[in-house]
Amino acid sequence: MSDRRELGKYQPLSYFQLMEVSLRELLVEKGVVTEQAVQTALESVRSRTPERGARVVARAWVDPRYKASLLENGTRAVEHLGLELPATKLVVVENTPAVHNVIVCTLCSCYPRMLLGIPPEWYKSRNYRSRVVREPRAVLAEFGTKIPKRVRIRVHDSTADMRYLVLPMRPKGTEGWSEERLASLVTRDCMIGVSLPKRP
Amino acid sequence: MPQVSKRSGAPSPWPQYPNDLPSEPVRFAPLERVRVRMSAPLGHIRTPFYIRGCSGTIERLCGSFPNPEELAQQRSGLPAQPLYRVRFLQKNVWHGYRGHPADVIEVEIFQHWLEKADTRTRDE
Repeated sequence: MSDRRELGKYQPLSYFQLMEVSLRELLVEKGVVTEQAVQTALESVRSRTPERGARVVARAWVDPRYKASLLENGTRAVEHLGLELPATKLVVVENTPAVHNVIVCTLCSCYPRMLLGIPPEWYKSRNYRSRVVREPRAVLAEFGTKIPKRVRIRVHDSTADMRYLVLPMRPKGTEGWSEERLASLVTRDCMIGVSLPKRP
Repeated sequence: MPQVSKRSGAPSPWPQYPNDLPSEPVRFAPLERVRVRMSAPLGHIRTPFYIRGCSGTIERLCGSFPNPEELAQQRSGLPAQPLYRVRFLQKNVWHGYRGHPADVIEVEIFQHWLEKADTRTRDE
C-alpha cells in the first residue's frame, strides 16, 4: 500500500506494487483479510523504529545489572522494558575495547525487525551480505568505521532462528547523562555494528 | 559478560531458548570441536556454502527448532533439531584472510549438519 505522502504524485505502479494491490484485493474479496486488518498491520510495522533498540541500549549503559540480563537472555530483558518481541529469540552481542561485533544474514535478510524496524536496502544487498563475512574491515571502512588493528572483529551470520543486536560501547564524555539523552546517540547502524554511536 | 574460556565440558554460560517440541537428543556441548558436513543436498538449506567443511567450536546451544529443510517441504520439521552457534576462525574459513588472526565468524548451524572434529587448529 503506497504511503500517503506519495498520493498526488502520479507514478505507474511497479511490478511488485501491482502484485501487492492484486493480492490484497483478492484476499479482501475472498474474505481472508479485511482492508482494516491490513492497515492495522502496516501501522504496527511502521511503529517499529530503531528508537526501540536505542532504548534498550541506553538502559544497558546506565544499569549494569540490566546489561547482564540483556546479554544472558535478550528477549526476556527487552520484554522487561515493556517492548514486545513476539517469536523473536534475541541474542545481544557486546562490543568491548577488544572485540567489535557486526551482524549479517548471508542467506536472506534476517534482521531484528521488532527492535530496529524495516532493514535498510544495503543490509539486503548481495554486496553487503557476501563481503562483510570475508572482508569485514574493508566493508566497515566503507561505512566510515575504522576498527583498530588490535581489535578483533566478530561477524555474526544470522542463518537460522536467532536475531542479533549489537550493544555498542558507551561513548566517553556522557557521564551523568539521562537514558533519553544517551538513547539519542544510538543509531540503527551502530546496533547492526557497521558504525559507532554518535559522539556527544 | 560470561566468557568462553575452558576447553571442554564446561556448561554453557548462555541459557538456551527452550520450547516444548519433541527434539533430537543434544549431541554437542559448548567448546566442543565440530566440523560442518561437506554436503550439497538440494532444497531449502540454511547452512551457507562458505562454511561447509570448516571446523570450529560450539559457542552455545540455542535450543531446538523445527528443521527448516523439512518445513520448506510442508512437513512438520519434527523432531526438532538442536541449533548451535558455532565459532570459526576467519583465517580458517577464507584463504588469504586479511585482518586480525583471531577474528572470528559465528554461524547458527543445525545439529544434523555437524560432526565431531578431533583436531584442534592453532589459536582456538
